[in-house]
Amino acid sequence: MTSGFDILHGLRRHKIVGGELFLTTVDFFVDWGRKSSIWPLTFGLACCAIEMMASFASKFDFDRMGVFPRPTPRQADLLIISGTVVKKMAPAVERLYQEMPSPRFVVSMGACSNCGGPYYDSYSVAKGVDKIIPVDVYIPGCPPRPEALYTAVQTLQEKIDAYWDAGKQILKPVPPSEEALKKINEAAISARGS
Amino acid sequence: MTSPTTPNTPPKNHGQATLADGPVFETKIEQVGEHEMILNMGPQHPSTHGVLRVVLKLDGEVITEAVPDVGYLHRGLEKLSENRTYPMNIVLSDRNDYLSAMNNNWAFCLAVEKLLKVEIPSRAEFIRVIVGELNRIASHMVFYGTYGIDLGAFTPFLYSFGRDREEILDLFEEICGARITYNFIRVGGVMLDAPEGWIERVKAFVDRMAPRLVEYDKLLTLNPIFIDRNLGIGRLPAEKALALGLTGPNLRASGPALDLRKDHPYSVYKEFHFDVPVGKGGGDCYDRFMVRRQEITESLKIVRQACEKIPSGPVMGKVGRVYRPPAGEVFAQLEAPRGWLGSYLVSDGTERPYRHHIRAPSFINLQALSDLVKGLKVADTVAVLGSLDFVLGEVDR
Ligand code: SF4
Repeated sequence: MTSGFDILHGLRRHKIVGGELFLTTVDFFVDWGRKSSIWPLTFGLACCAIEMMASFASKFDFDRMGVFPRPTPRQADLLIISGTVVKKMAPAVERLYQEMPSPRFVVSMGACSNCGGPYYDSYSVAKGVDKIIPVDVYIPGCPPRPEALYTAVQTLQEKIDAYWDAGKQILKPVPPSEEALKKINEAAISARGS
Repeated sequence: MTSPTTPNTPPKNHGQATLADGPVFETKIEQVGEHEMILNMGPQHPSTHGVLRVVLKLDGEVITEAVPDVGYLHRGLEKLSENRTYPMNIVLSDRNDYLSAMNNNWAFCLAVEKLLKVEIPSRAEFIRVIVGELNRIASHMVFYGTYGIDLGAFTPFLYSFGRDREEILDLFEEICGARITYNFIRVGGVMLDAPEGWIERVKAFVDRMAPRLVEYDKLLTLNPIFIDRNLGIGRLPAEKALALGLTGPNLRASGPALDLRKDHPYSVYKEFHFDVPVGKGGGDCYDRFMVRRQEITESLKIVRQACEKIPSGPVMGKVGRVYRPPAGEVFAQLEAPRGWLGSYLVSDGTERPYRHHIRAPSFINLQALSDLVKGLKVADTVAVLGSLDFVLGEVDR
């Protein structure tokens, strides 16, 4: 394994015969995987969706953060509400959220989905998507630039990290004792058959 | 035979008032035959380009009926206009067809200018033409990229949307500060003069684009799979297209070379030489694609000519900060990337319009959908939907 791996806190590295051993907790490991592969749903609502598409295209390339759009809610972790939620659309948005497997996250992108935006006094626009589903990160702007969406993803990663930090008091990875390491070493030697 | 309700009826929570309460509009297809089934497509579907919902009636895999259900993005734009002053309305027009916001600004301003009878400085007219045509190119690039994705080719998207369109957006950002919603074309002229060296950078962009279009053709236009999925699919005869009121590339693909820039030149379009590409294959999906692809070339020609001929001078006519157009009604339209975009205004002499109606080309072009997909396979619906190139913001307003 490369040494870049153990800079992540919560991973302990031990040298044993024939290689290295990493010890961690399942919680940390799962969260680490979760935050590095946030898959949003391909779901565009209005103008903000164009900026969302630009984020997935070559110039901004969210793939490098593991953000890769999926076409079905069953495979998605993240719902980006990119545009105006009107009253006719609201039940469908709620249904999409319910169809996503837990844990699921919601980013409200743009003024419209935050609070109604330029349509604050419209008869048909829902004033804020947080009236129907819980929102994790709000991005201001009309439309927000792809860089702003980038920051939102980073904020979300921090939030997922914080889940781990909150549980760390209880689930601290315990370093193995000398004896246990010795046993592992012996097992490694016998497995190699030398 | 069974119940006529469509599968996506939202769950009703009885007695409990929610946000979603309000008038319920349901699209219903009555009477399902013995061998027929109903397939719901949208409002969240990757290939409906937004929040369109189409209810399909199928016999096996053949579509026997298709009913588009619009309104999932109805933001009440026309009603809101009545509560906004004229300059505030330009902001709303940006969000109407968000892929060509410049042309939408322009259409609204044309109408107000007609009412006010202001004279536009000629430098402003040239800048309008340049940004309008650049926006048309950007819009067709979105079409080129997303249409490729619809038919299974992802790479063209990265070239057109990710690389070349971003260059246009950088130019726009330089001249007005925004990437999508510009609010740049104002009543009487344009917001600001072009910054130093901008015209040269536009010229450089036009020069860069010519070899890239060859790349585009290699990637998608001449791709045998792409051609197979398009040729002969969704034929629309010229009489039918005219009868439905189609405009823009969708109409020209069927044959008639109707283009407002040529037939009723507004602004300074008289001064430019360009061709109007038309379809030659009877108005199928490939024609609709090719017309847009060729329009990119033509628009580049116009931009180059405009860059060479642009005069110097002021960019704003004599319009006060607050203006009250005289009472009356007016209709102005222009050739937007999706067709004839019209703005109908009724003024009662105050600083707010009494009535504002938008002739949205996408909405009218969408009418062709039901006729086009009848008798096709489900997979071809995606091709037809993509080739009509509508924007839901404009369909629903
Ligand atoms: S916030 Fe602005 S850009 Fe985004 S959907 Fe609303 S109006 Fe469009």
